[in-house]
Formats: sequence, structure tokens, C-alpha cells
Amino acid sequence: MTTATPSAPVPAAPTNKLGFTKQDYVGSKSTLCAGCGHDAITAQIINAAFESSIEGHRVTKYSGIGCSSKTPAYFMNQGWGFNSVHGRMPSIATGASLANRTLINIGVSGDGDSMSIGMGQFVHAVRRNIPMIYIIEDNGVYGLTKGQFSATADKGSHLKSGAVNDFPPIDPCTLAIELGCGFVARCFSGNPKQLNAILKAAFAYQGTVVLDVISPCVTFNNHDASTRSYKHVKDHDFPLHDLGFIQYSEVEDVEIPAGQTEIVTFPDGSKVAIKAIHEGYEPTDRFGAMKAIHESMAKGEFLTGLLYINPTQPPLPEMLNLVDEPLATLGEDLLKPSPAELDKIMQALM
Amino acid sequence: MTAALAAPSPTGGAKTRINDFSIQVATVNGSGSQTANTVLLRAIFQMGVFVSGKNLFPSNIAGLPTWFTIRASAQGYVARKVSNEMLILMNPETAKEDIAKADPGALVIYDEPLQLDKLRSDLAYTPVPFQKLVTASCPEPKLHKLVKNMIYVGVAARLLGIDMEEVKKAIAKQLKGKAKAVELNQTACMAGYDWAMENLEDQDHIKVVRDNKTQGLIIIDGNEACALGALFAGVTVVGWYPITPASSLVETFIEYAEEYRKDPKTGKSTVAIVQMEDELASAGVVLSAGWAGARSMTSTAGPGISLMSEFIGLGYYVEAPGVFFNVARTGPSTGLPTRTQQSDVELCAKCSHGDTLHVNLYPGTMEECFQFSYDAFDLAEKFQTPIFVVTDLDLGMQNWASKPFAYPAKPYDRGKVLNQQQLADMKDWGRYKDVDGDGICYRSLPGTPGGKGAYLTRGSGHNAYAQYSEKPEDYLEVMGRLKRKYETAKAFVPGPVFRNQGSDKGVLAFGSSDPAVIEAQDVLLAQGLKTDYLRLRALPFTAEVDAYVKEKKVVYVVEQNRDGQMANLFRETYPEHATKFKSVLHYDGHAIDAKSIVDQITAFEQK
Ligand SMILES: Cc1ncc(C[n+]2csc(CCOP(=O)(O)OP(=O)(O)O)c2C)c(N)n1
Ligand code: SF4
Ligand SMILES: [Mg+2]
Repeated sequence: MTTATPSAPVPAAPTNKLGFTKQDYVGSKSTLCAGCGHDAITAQIINAAFESSIEGHRVTKYSGIGCSSKTPAYFMNQGWGFNSVHGRMPSIATGASLANRTLINIGVSGDGDSMSIGMGQFVHAVRRNIPMIYIIEDNGVYGLTKGQFSATADKGSHLKSGAVNDFPPIDPCTLAIELGCGFVARCFSGNPKQLNAILKAAFAYQGTVVLDVISPCVTFNNHDASTRSYKHVKDHDFPLHDLGFIQYSEVEDVEIPAGQTEIVTFPDGSKVAIKAIHEGYEPTDRFGAMKAIHESMAKGEFLTGLLYINPTQPPLPEMLNLVDEPLATLGEDLLKPSPAELDKIMQALM
Repeated sequence: MTAALAAPSPTGGAKTRINDFSIQVATVNGSGSQTANTVLLRAIFQMGVFVSGKNLFPSNIAGLPTWFTIRASAQGYVARKVSNEMLILMNPETAKEDIAKADPGALVIYDEPLQLDKLRSDLAYTPVPFQKLVTASCPEPKLHKLVKNMIYVGVAARLLGIDMEEVKKAIAKQLKGKAKAVELNQTACMAGYDWAMENLEDQDHIKVVRDNKTQGLIIIDGNEACALGALFAGVTVVGWYPITPASSLVETFIEYAEEYRKDPKTGKSTVAIVQMEDELASAGVVLSAGWAGARSMTSTAGPGISLMSEFIGLGYYVEAPGVFFNVARTGPSTGLPTRTQQSDVELCAKCSHGDTLHVNLYPGTMEECFQFSYDAFDLAEKFQTPIFVVTDLDLGMQNWASKPFAYPAKPYDRGKVLNQQQLADMKDWGRYKDVDGDGICYRSLPGTPGGKGAYLTRGSGHNAYAQYSEKPEDYLEVMGRLKRKYETAKAFVPGPVFRNQGSDKGVLAFGSSDPAVIEAQDVLLAQGLKTDYLRLRALPFTAEVDAYVKEKKVVYVVEQNRDGQMANLFRETYPEHATKFKSVLHYDGHAIDAKSIVDQITAFEQK
């Protein structure tokens, strides 16, 4: 008689508060180049959404065109996605977020998509405080069209071909602060811990989050003369602080260390704990933040972390005083005026 | 002292034209004459006489010349009439030219200091001391410029025989009951009337006589009618960017939304209206809101459609609904921004790169502006595609008399949208699977709970399951189905309307050309030429249009553009009948008139 030896039980994958595993947050297989910084960002979006117990069906992903704009296909298949046209992701996010204010909006764009062709839409989406996490996957080049300079390329930086960029770069972060954005951060795709903490805080934020992630393009912009290569960014990355994010549901249980740590509280009760590394940086001081970023840029450094935060600004649906339920599903009874009302309108025109 | 001036009849005692004449008022843009002109129009309307008004205004805020034409017609003709029986000349800049162009025998009311009466001897002059009258009737000097125009209304009312009670009523209506302004304007108007009573002899050239033709009618412009259609259709997201002549569509909608689109329980708004940074962004908002399940729209003109065209192709290919109003103006480029044309026909029929075909609605009356706007939202959601409602400046911004609008009782058609339960029950759902064979697929909306139905919309190649694909067979399947969907639309768009006189000769027109075609048809009939008129109301062409084209020996395609764009669409759709289509064109920026049509058709017939 033979007895099958019972195999060791497979340990169940850990679940989050909603009972989902991390597998529930993944998307289709990436088709980007191996080692592309964009894939590292995708991985942290998956982690942060899983750890923050984000409801996948509420997540809506928007993008323009570029290697970066392909990535919404690679995370959270539970959510809907809209890969639109080059540079126009912000207007796509605007319309859908107005149609249904219960959606959790993630926009993914590139430095070309947002700082060149889509500059107008970027600027105006930020002004309007569209409720969305706006991620710029910033590699200083146009990846998808094979390595031309983008508008974030540093002056004097080289292409692989040897061509030199003569124009000053546009910095999405100082620009966003200037435009009144209430959550501005810069990260490096090679620093997953920091990116993870910022994404979790971003999920809890109500308005536009501008997140510029330096994300090397290994195929076209990772050479020695590039200021967006893994090596260069690692050597020039100056994290501002250690960030901790505490979701509102956990606030009770978590003890926040006193002393060095600054706490920023969101309207929903969530808290960001900021432990300064860079001395004297005050992320709630708008003008101070601008000054510090400009000074560091002049020295060729990347200040990374939460650059500026003001959690109290009303997002667009609130400014428009929209009803709480999604406009998309309002019924005819609420939308169509009555025959008596038409009659009143007609009388006034007689 | 003003000499009492008779307004003789230089035509030598020709019969009085009762309720059948045109008045042209020449003023300076920004002088407030629009109110006075509308009052005059309304007063004639209230006398029960069919009347239409056309404002020919410059692309300028203040200072350039503007002309307003009022046509009264006992027969109910409302197209622009080229000849005018009365001129009111208030603009020193254009007065001499206006006189030179005047039709012999016209009555000319003018500002006395202009001294126009020596210029021609075949006109009947009435100089009016406007400054003197205004000073006497209005105590506030800074309002003189505004109320001066009301004086000519009073003078004209006297000469035409319009009841002053009707004029006063029209003033109250126009100024929406603002008591002080109403009184001021009524006083000025009365001053003009009294002066004319005392100082002018009556004339018998043209007269308004009370009739009952306008009982129960409304006066409205097309932009307001379209705005009302959208209001009743339950539009919930509006993204727009200002442009003449389309702005007032959304601006009027905003006014109505203030009153009719608040949740009675919370006072919160049931519509999101955002003035975007440009038309590209407006199109993005419309399509993504439609994609997310809202009823969405924008209103623009040709330059805006040009900018939107990349997005419109996206909407077509990913199958996102949205309503695009194009209130057309004179192109190309900036063109004549305040003048009318029908020159975006081909642009809207095939807007965007690649193979695209769009459903277009062409309202030709105020009732249709209302009804088609209402229907456009159903069509957008039913066919999951951008829908164009194409009007023009003439329909959109001019005043038109109309029957009051019928209540659109038909419930909304929200199209093939799957809810959570339906998604759960469905075995093999694919966003772009043609389950019913009509080319229209089932869609799901973002945010639907239950873990089913999520997909990624992309403007790049995709298969029936919305997956990225570059395979030729997948591409062909989607493009073939989109064509099929367009074919399906034939049975759902408004069919043509006919005005047949029993002829194998066809006249085909659309939109704002309608009144001029009707009048031209009557003139041609009087000259012995019968025609069958088909007014096209939509793309794609329906079965009735097919039959008409096959049956007619010749089809005169009347349109307001240079290149005969609609005729081109017909030649392309019906190549075997291509030689039947003859273009009758009018495209100088003024609304089309009957005479232009008659002359061109007559010339073709004599060939
Ligand atoms: C209207 C239009 N113009 C040009 C292009 C070609 N194009 C595709 S992606 C791209 C640049 C993308 O650069 P970026 O946004 O930085 O994305 P990356 O590939 O670097 O992630 C361009 C120019 C396009 N798709 N559409
Ligand atoms: S080309 Fe550059 S940006 Fe594009 S996938 Fe490859 S590494 Fe990434
Ligand atoms: Mg790039």
C-alpha cells in the first residue's frame, strides 16, 4: 500500500484589509526594456495600492503617449484605464473625474508628454486641482521615439549620439508649486522605499498630487554623459527626509515619535510623519521650498522627498459644488426638467 | 426748427406693401443698438406679423459698423431679403455708402446732421434731430448714447403704424422688467413717436397692419434652442472654450443650469461646467466624461473643431460618446468670425486622420435645434461615438420665430451599458465584441464594483477584448465593425423632409438654407419650374435619400460654401449618379437669399 506523502502546505499569500493579495493589484506583463526605470515605478504603485488597501475597481488610470504612458496596462487590472493621445492625459482625467467623483484617479505621463506637447494641459490641471495622482516618469528623453531630448533634459547634457542640449530644463516640481499645487514630490525610481511612502500619502490626498519620478531610460539615456543615468542620479540624490505615512484607520494604533518628526494631517485624518534629514527644510513653507529646490538645482543635486504640502485645498468637484453621487449615474428624474418647466421657459420667450 | 417732412412715395403711388418689407438699421457696434433693434422686431411680431431679424456685426467690441435687418413677411418668408424698403442710418462712417446702395424708393430715416438728402433724388428722406430729442427726453447725459437708438424705434413705429403699446411691451420684455431702464427707454421711444406725429406726414409705402400670424409663437435663437435641448437631455459634463458664434450656446446653458440643474434636496449642482484652456482640452473632457458614463458636450466653431480633430478620431476608434456642437462661421482660418457659412461639412463628416465617419445632425429650424440636441445625447450613448450637431451663425445667433417646443417625452436611451449584475452573469464579455450584429458593443463604466468589466481603453490597435493588438485580422475586424455601426445609424438619424411640387428635378439643401430654398421654390414655380425639395437632416444618408437620388434627373445641391462640400459627399456616396449633382452656392458670409438660388437654378436650366 502506498500513501502519498502530504506535501508541505503552500503558505497563503498575505492579504490586505480588503482581503486582496498583492497579485490582485498587478497588471499585464510589461513590454518595456529590461531595467527601464518606469517598471520600478509600476512596482511601487502596485505595492502602495496593496498596502493602502485601495479598492481596485475605483482606480482609474489615465495616460498620454510614450513608454511611460504604456504603464497603466501593467498595474491594477481591476481598474479601468484610458490610454489617450500624446500630451492630453490631464483633460482625460478631468472629464472622467467630474463624471464620477468617487473614482481614484492615477495619471501616468512622461517628461515629453507633460513638459512639451502637454504643457498646457499639465498647467491647467494643476490650477484646477483635479483629484488625481499625476506621475511624471522623467527620463529626460523621448523614449518611445528613440531618444530625442525632452524639455526636462539638463542644459549641457548629451545624447548617446553626442548631441548637446542647449536649452534650460523645465522643472515640473517648482512649476507645480508656483501653480498652487498642494502636494509636490520628487522621487527616484531607484529609491523604492521613499517612492512607496510618498505614493501611500498621495493616495490619501484629496487634490492634485504632482510626483516627478526620475526614471532612467536604460536604452537611450543611461550613458556616462547623462544627468538622468542611474549612476548620476544615485550620486546626486539628496533625500530630504524619512517619510512615514499613517492611514486614518491606523492613526489610533500608531505611536508617532516625538522630537524631530513633523506631522502633517490630511482632512481624512491620515498623517504624514516627516523626519528631516536635510536641515531646515520645511515642506509646508511654499516660498522656502522653492528657494531650496532652486539652490539645490544650481548645485546639480536632486532634492527628493515631499517638497511641498498643503492638505487643505478643495479639489475641483468640490469647487464646482457637485452632488455627492456620480454625475454619470444620475437618473432622468433628477436631470430632465418637467413639462411645466418647459412651459414656463416657452412663456418667457413669447 | 425741423421742417415737417412728408415721406412721399417716389415710386409714384405703387401699392402699399403691407406686412411685406425689410428694414435695415445701420449703427456703430457697441452703441446699444441691439436692444433697440430687437424691440422693433418684437413690436412687429406682437402685431401678429411674421418677422425675422439678422444682425450683421463686425468682429469687434465697439466702434466698427454693424447692420441689423428686419424682414416682415405676410407669406411667412424668413430668409434674408437683399432689398430694403426702409433704411435707418445712424452711423456717419457708412451713411454715404448705405445711401449709394439703397434700393430706389426706399424710405431713409437718418440723423439730421448727416445731411444725406442731397445724395440721391430717388429716395424718401426723413431727417430726425436725434440729439435734440434725446437731450429733451433723458436727463442723464451718460445714457444719451444708449437711448438715442430708442428714438428711431419711435419714429419708425409712427411711420409704419405700429401700436405704441406693443412697443412699450416689447421694451419691458427686452429689458426683463428692470423698472428704471424700462421707463427711460419707453420715454425716449415716445419722444421719437410724438415728434414724428407732430412733424412728419404719414407715408403709404410700407405699413404694418395687425394680423394673427404670430399668435402663440416664441422668438429664440438657435444657440438658446440647442442649450435647451441639452438641458432637457440631461447633459452632466460640459467642457468648452469661448468662440464666436458658439459661445452663447454654453453661456445660455449656464444661465438655465443655474435654475434647473440644482439637486432640490441639497442645492448642489447636477452638472459640471468647466471653461477649459483650449478646444483640445474641451474635447478630452467631453470624451472621457462620456467614457465614464456622463452625458457630455462642448460647443465650438470651425477653428475649435480643427483643434479637436485628433481627439475626435480617438473618440471614434475607442468608441467614447460625446456631443460636439459646431456653430459654423466663415472660414478658412480665422476667416470672417462673425459671418455665417456652411463650410465645415466635410470636416465634421470625416473629422480626424485615418478612416473615420461621423454621425452629423443638421437642424434647420428652431424646433429641430431643440429636438436634435436632445436626440444627439441618445445617439452618442447608443452608438458610443462623437456626434456632431452642426448649425451655423445664422441659425445660432439670429432671432427666429418658432412654435413653442414640444416636450421631449421620450425617455433617455443610455445605450448598451452593463451593470454589476449583468457583468457577473456574462460569460465571455469583450468590450469590442459585436454580440448583436449591429456593430454596437456592450460597455462597462469605470467604478463598477464586483471585480468584472474593467478594461483599458486605447487609441492604439486593439482586438475585440480591448487588448493591444497589431494583427491585421484584429484591425480589420474593428474597422469593419465601425463601418457596420455607421450603417446601423442610418435607421436612427432623422430622415429628410420633403417639399414636393411633383417634379423629376430635385433641390437639396440643409440647415439654415431652408427658408431661402422654400422661397426660391415658390418663385421658380411662379416662373413655371416645378421642383421637389429634399431637406437633408443628418449623416449618414438614409434610405429615403437613396431613393430620392436615384429617382431625380437632376439634383441642385444648395449650400453655403465655395467648394460644394455636400455635393462632394453625394458624388462620393452615389458615384453612379455623380453627374446629377449641380452646385448652387452662396458663401460671401451673408446668409443665403432666395434670389441667389433662383438665379443659379435658372441659369442651369437655360443651359
Ligand atoms: C501628436 C503626436 N505627436 C508625436 C507623437 C510621437 N511620440 C510618441 S511618444 C513621444 C514622446 C514620448 O516621450 P515621453 O513622454 O518623455 O515618454 P517616454 O517614452 O520617455 O516615457 C512622441 C513624440 C505622437 N504619438 N503624437
Ligand atoms: S526606451 Fe527607455 S523609456 Fe522606453 S522602455 Fe526602453 S528604457 Fe524605458
Ligand atoms: Mg521621457
